[in-house]
Amino acid sequence: MIRLSIQARQALARLTLPVLIVVSMGLMLLGRASPLVPERARMVLSDALAPLYVAVDTPLSAVRNAAQSVRDVFFLRSENAKLRLENDRLRHWYDVAMALDAENAELKSNLHWVPDPTLSFVTARVVADAGGVYARSVLLSVGPNSDVRRGQIALDANGLVGRVTEVGARSARVLLITDLNSRIPVTLEKTRARAILAGVNAPDPRLLYVQDSARPEEGERVVTSAEANAFPAGLPVGTVHYAGGRLEVVPAANLERLEIVRIFDYGLGGVVPPEAPGRTAAAAISP
Amino acid sequence: MDKVPGIRPRSGLWHQLDVASRYAFPGVCTAVVLLLLSAPLGIAGQAQLQPSWALACVWFWSLFRPASMPAFAVFALGLLLDLIGGGPVGVQVLILLLVHGVAVKSRRSLIRSGFALVWLAFMTAAAAAALLEWGLIALLTWRALPPWPALFEFGVAVGIYPVLATLLTGAHRGVAAPERA
Repeated sequence: MIRLSIQARQALARLTLPVLIVVSMGLMLLGRASPLVPERARMVLSDALAPLYVAVDTPLSAVRNAAQSVRDVFFLRSENAKLRLENDRLRHWYDVAMALDAENAELKSNLHWVPDPTLSFVTARVVADAGGVYARSVLLSVGPNSDVRRGQIALDANGLVGRVTEVGARSARVLLITDLNSRIPVTLEKTRARAILAGVNAPDPRLLYVQDSARPEEGERVVTSAEANAFPAGLPVGTVHYAGGRLEVVPAANLERLEIVRIFDYGLGGVVPPEAPGRTAAAAISP
Repeated sequence: MDKVPGIRPRSGLWHQLDVASRYAFPGVCTAVVLLLLSAPLGIAGQAQLQPSWALACVWFWSLFRPASMPAFAVFALGLLLDLIGGGPVGVQVLILLLVHGVAVKSRRSLIRSGFALVWLAFMTAAAAAALLEWGLIALLTWRALPPWPALFEFGVAVGIYPVLATLLTGAHRGVAAPERA
């Protein structure tokens, strides 16, 4: 070991903090200039932590489920009555859906409609809420040979969750639609107005750039739009909600408690527009 | 350690290991709890707890045991926090380093004052940290951010500090004290 004089050692000790501060600023610039480097580092860490998260989650969710079933017993009666009512309503809607389905099939056969390709998807378990104070994302546990790739679309049982942004060896990260960096082209289902759904790190993302002529209604369904070829058209996103004059969307997906998501491969170009000119969205159905 | 006169046995391997682990305790403990806080525990405000915990630990150890919380350890903790948190890398590193610098600079006057004054100083540091984080992330992502995450984070940091300070003071006098090895 090199022997330094006391003065030299003191000078070095005094220099450490300023040098490290400069390095941290350099890290910020590096992250801006080439986002791939921090992304890769993050994925290595996530891959290492994913098994730990699964190990922590298993007993915790067992406890949570036990507590939930105890709670369920207390509300059995009221829950039963509610479900009966809902079942009656749904049976009516089932009949309507069957009739519409038959009509739709007949119309499509008359139009010589090219059927949509069947979609492939993988189901993955959410192992951790990977978001920080200023980020909203979830970490998925995926196998080493999974088909999950960047740009694929994640949905839960009710609606759009987000997009896969990083894929590691054992885990993948999904940027939620509520994240600050999330921008999604959407269509308002009734008024057919186009807009951009922008996350603000709050539970409800906002609608930006709504056409001036459009008057979105409260509770109107919002679905994805095929513009920019990042999403197929018609995936359920949520419902319109006016919050103090601001247009917000209440997500259909249960983003607070995500447990299992399906990752769909729509074969789309992702955020980057496709190179081949005139290419259109391959699929346009909601799964 | 050697200020008390007397004869004592030569330090063996166990003793050295003991001293080393006591020196390492603050940094390692902070990192381990940080990793645990990133696991899906289902605690409300878990995202805010991570930076608050790191901030409180860096503040406390830089004040009371700076030898166990050197700038390199602070840098590593900040990097870990940035990679876990998902924000722009480098922001937490810078904030924690600045807080560490302030704590080390002001330790001579603060260490002798009571808990209330230390807490008050921490409040100021936490407010500055939350504001700086908010501003830096807004700048780096070039987006107007709502102010409530910063406020919430500040509130969590200030709120948990008294509890943490009690626990960390126990550690400071017990497991993290190399002189007791």
